[in-house]
Order: sequence, then C-alpha cells, then structure tokens
Amino acid sequence: MKADPKGVLTGTHFMDGDHACCEGALAGGARFAAGYPITPSTEIVERFSSRIPVVGGVFIQMEDELAASITLQGAVWGGAKAFTVTSGPGFSLMMEHIGYAAMTETPCVFVDVQRGGPSTGLPTLPAQGDMMQARWGSHGDYEMIALCPNSPQECFDLTIRAFNLAEQFRTPVMFMMDECVGHMTEKVVIPPAEEIEVTPRRITSRKPGDFQLFEPCADQVPDMVEAGQGYHFHVTGLTHSENGYPSMTVKSQEKLVKRLCSKIRDNFDKISLNEETDLENADVAVVAYGITSRVAMRAIRIVRERGFKVNNRKIRVGMYRLITPWPFPDERIHALAGRIRGFVVPELNLGQMCREVQRAAGGHAVTIPVPHAGGTVHDPETIVAAILEAAK
Amino acid sequence: MSTELIHPENPVEQFLRSDRIPHIWCPGCGIGTTVNCFTRALIDSKANLDKLAIVSGIGCTGRVAGYLDLDSFHTTHGRAIPFATGLKLANPDLSVVVYSGDGDLFAIGGNHFIHAARRNVDIKVVCVNNLVYAMTGGQTGPTTPGSVVTATNPYGTFEPSFNLPQLAEAAGAVYVARWTTFHVRQLARSMYEMFQKKGFSFIEVLSPCPTLYQRRNKMGDGLDTMKSYKEKSKKRDGAPTSEVPLTRDGEIVVGKFVDRERPDYLTLMKAQFQASLGERYQEPEMHSGCEFEQSEIDGGTICQ
Repeated sequence: MKADPKGVLTGTHFMDGDHACCEGALAGGARFAAGYPITPSTEIVERFSSRIPVVGGVFIQMEDELAASITLQGAVWGGAKAFTVTSGPGFSLMMEHIGYAAMTETPCVFVDVQRGGPSTGLPTLPAQGDMMQARWGSHGDYEMIALCPNSPQECFDLTIRAFNLAEQFRTPVMFMMDECVGHMTEKVVIPPAEEIEVTPRRITSRKPGDFQLFEPCADQVPDMVEAGQGYHFHVTGLTHSENGYPSMTVKSQEKLVKRLCSKIRDNFDKISLNEETDLENADVAVVAYGITSRVAMRAIRIVRERGFKVNNRKIRVGMYRLITPWPFPDERIHALAGRIRGFVVPELNLGQMCREVQRAAGGHAVTIPVPHAGGTVHDPETIVAAILEAAK
Repeated sequence: MSTELIHPENPVEQFLRSDRIPHIWCPGCGIGTTVNCFTRALIDSKANLDKLAIVSGIGCTGRVAGYLDLDSFHTTHGRAIPFATGLKLANPDLSVVVYSGDGDLFAIGGNHFIHAARRNVDIKVVCVNNLVYAMTGGQTGPTTPGSVVTATNPYGTFEPSFNLPQLAEAAGAVYVARWTTFHVRQLARSMYEMFQKKGFSFIEVLSPCPTLYQRRNKMGDGLDTMKSYKEKSKKRDGAPTSEVPLTRDGEIVVGKFVDRERPDYLTLMKAQFQASLGERYQEPEMHSGCEFEQSEIDGGTICQ
C-alpha cells in the first residue's frame, strides 16, 4: 500500500542522517516510538517527539532501554508500527528484547547509531563495532535482518525498507547506522506519499476460533492480529506451539526455532539488497558498509588515479557494499571469491564482517581486513595498501 | 425428587483456557485463588472481554496470563509494566491488567513500577506476593521479611524488605489496596473497584508458597497459612501506608489504603499538546493494518 501522507514530509531537504531516519520511520508508518536518550542517536527521537503530535501518534521517553525495547513491542501488539533508537550501551541493554521480538515474531525496528565501545567508550565518535551484536546479541538461535545506510538519503529510504521487512517477515529489524552517517548533513529527497510503498501488517482474514497466531503461511511467516479484536490470543517468550500456548518439548523447540531461522534464510532474495560497483573483471573487491564504504570509495579512486599495476596490468578494483549485512550474502561472496584475487574489508572495528567474508570466500580468495578501533574514519591510504596487497 | 444445579458449570470457567488445565501451581498455592477473585471481578464489572488484555512477567504468577481466556502476554522477566504501557498507549480502548509476582515487579522490574506509577499510566497492577522467588526454588526477594530461611539465605534473611503499599503510594498510584488470599470477597471487590479507576492502580495480595516459603520456615501448609492470615490480619481502610510493613510473624494490615484522583498519562499528554499546538494537534491513530482490499500473496495477506 502507499504511505500515509500525514507522515511524509515531501520535498528536498538538507538534513542529517538522524533526522532523515526519523522521517523515514514516519513515512514508513511508525506512529509509536519509545526511547531513552543516548548520544549519538538522540536526535532521531527528539525529532520524532516534535513531529508526532502533528502526525498522530505517541512518543514516550522511558526510564531505560530495557523498558524502551519492550514498550515498543506492547505498542506493536496494540496495533502500532513502532521502533526504538539507541547506541552501544543502550543496544547492549536491549538484547533480551530483540530475542523476545524474534521469538514472538513481533514486527519492529531497532535503530543503533554505532559509537566507539566497549562500555561507555567514545560517546560522540564513530565505530561499527556492533555488527556481530546485531546478529548474535540475544541468546539462542534466530536469524536477523540488518540494514546499513551510508548517507542521510539512505537513512530515509532504508528506514522505510526496515519497517517493510519487519512487517513482511514478522521479525525485528536492526537499523545499523554509525555516528558519522547519523550526524552527516546532506541533501535528502523525500518523494510524494503516493510514490512510497509501505508494507501493511499481515492481519489475518480468518475469524476468531479459526486462526492460530503462529501458524505459518506458505512463506513460513504467520499472519497476525492485534489486541482487542476478540481473538483472545496468547503470546509468550516460551517455546510455543502454533496456537501460542507454551509447549516446552524437544519437538516444538525444533519446529519453532528452525522456522524462525528458515523464514529469513529461505526468503533471502526478497530481503537482501546490496550494491556492486565495478566488480566485473575485478582483481580486488572492497567489501564495506556504512561510512566506511565512502572512505573505501576514495581509496578505490586513489588506486585508479595512481595507476598501480600488478604484472604490468592496472589493478582493477571494485566495491561490494553491504546494505544488508544480515542475512549475510554468502552465495554472492562465494561466487566473487571464485573469480577475484582478494577481498579487502575495512571496518570501524577490529574484525567483524571480515570474518563473514572470509568464511563465505571458503579459501577461494584471500581476505584482508583493515581494522580500525574507531573514533574516526580510516585513512584511505590504509585501504589503498590493503588493495595493493590483495592484488598481488 | 431431582436436584437442580444452580451452576451447571463453574461460573468462572468461561474466563479460563480450560484446555490448558491442569495448571502448574502447587497444592496450597494462593495464585489460583487470586485468579478466581479476578474472574469474579470480571463478572461484577461486566467487563468487555474482547477489550481486556492481561500482561504477565516471569515466575509462578507470570503464568496467570496463559490461563486466562483473554488477549494475554507472557513477557520477559520484570518488563510486564513497560510492555503494558506500550499496549495501553497504542490502543487506549483496551483495559490493560498487569498480573505478576513480587520478585518480577519489585526487584528486576522495580524501576518500571515506580515510573509507571509516576506517569500514572492507566494500567491495573496485581501483585501476588508470596515473599520469595518461587519458580526458581525459593530464593530471597525484595519482599522477603527478615529472619526467615530461604534458598539463598540459609542462615536467615537480614536485608530490609519493601513495604509495597507505601512504595506504590509514594510513586503516585491512584488506588492502593492489600489483601491476603484468605480475603476472597474483599479481594474480588477491590479488583472490581480497580476496574472502575482511571490511572495506575495497585493491589498487593499476600499469598502462601507452602512449597518454598512456609515449609522451609516450619510454618505449616497452605491451610495453616490461611489460618495465620485470618488470625494476624487487621482491616484498616485508609491506614497510612507507612504503618503497614509486613514482618515475619507480625500483624498483616489489609484494606484499601489509597483511592485518589490524578489525571492519567494520556489525559496529560493530550492536554499539553492541545495547549501548545491547538488545532495542529492530531489525536494518535495507530493503524498498521490494511484498510484496502486484501489478496493472497505468498499465502500471506498483502494489500493491493
């Protein structure tokens, strides 16, 4: 369906990534946010708190991130599209409720504007150290969808996509920004509402008594209802059967948890969106995401400008930009590994997504990480050096 | 001569998910008694069961949500209140009840309790206080009185405990009452009154845990506990909540302590926005679903 025009600030704007994320949430249909102030994410809910009374919805500032991350799920079951916004320490506190959302198949969006860690770390400075936490942070087995914007425009566009994916697959979606993208101000074009596709909640057409809240449809995702409609449904974080009742048996566990994973894995093609630049006939692929992808693009240009050669032939280097780091594009990276010399993986952490690249490459191409502890972005020369090494 | 049944079936059965019985609670446990009182209150208040949601945390009392035939949510440990807050604010037409235990609501969830009371979110909170963490084996909790033996205080408790009515009043609750599972009629009446209140309402119900509290402290079984409730309880409506702390063997002051009016969260929110924004203010509308024609795609319901 099309976006509700009330939430769409159509026009050409000059705004930062945090504000663009908020506008994306509003355009995507979010009418409820629960938050707790934390740098560098706070501007998102500050804007939401200013916008929502004239759009029609609720913002509530909770007492902590534990509360914010479950209040939004209560709102979802009350019928709202809802999200929360945080950064490193708050994201750590939210982990249990990411698992609850995965287990109860509650569609919602968690925005994490990454800053330097661990612990309080670097509150005002960038990092990309929460990528594995976004995937594995809650206990037990589940699959995750995560998106990584690299510009304010993408903060708008991909936030809408995050809400759409959450609804389509009844799952929490992690929106993994970083401090640079959050605080970077650029042109953001917000299209008219009728040009914005919004995925509505999968509300069942079945009647009470003829509906099971966790009975999967053909795409392995169950339809949903909201409270107050006469269904008298039960939602629990315990292992449950399709009618929602606790069922703590080996059989129920296997059936439920395997479906929670396969509904994401088997729908990979509908979920995954990544960007390939100049990878035809490339010797080296730089795999990057978020702000680092823009620094990496500078490094790629430097390599071309300086005309570096291997075996008397100019090095051909392209970029594979992870817009959807989770689920990880195993097959595509594996296919690339078969025809390139090496991957270069710069990231503002000491080695997270590079492990995935290496695993997916399966030994067919070398993987060279370019780690950085965070606090600023890479010096492009460090990425240039890694590209030269990979091309050898 | 035939005997006519006054109630051909149990009158509270309509409120229960009878396909989930037997329940998990021990013989002598008081939680089932409180559920019985709750269903009586539903009958008396003629509640619209389609518009009533129940939210529990984790623990023995946390299982209440699963047995009531309502929209029910068994959430995470300590977080029933913030979940209920989101549910209520997204759909104010719902009557939202939080039903959970002392450890869940006042240790891990204590911060949420005081803040929801401060905001005066219109939710009803029933705390079944059995004085220990029962589900995990009888460890000390925030309401365990001094000088008793628990799984984690084998030499006796020494930490001071919370006086829940005083905490609730200080934090801002508009309705505060305490009963024991001996006081079934009074408890049902209080629950009925709670449904009539707008704002953050709180009922503490003192309940036996014969398996893990009374037995370990040589206090007898469930029936002995009921006798002690009868002997030690003193009804003092309107008693200052500072005067109602619970001790191991002391008096149990019961009654309705607080019944006052304060504007609730949504009322305050709307008034503020209307004052600041005038006609620009839009009442919350939460429609995530589809209002258009539906068709089947991928077996799911997708709008055109």
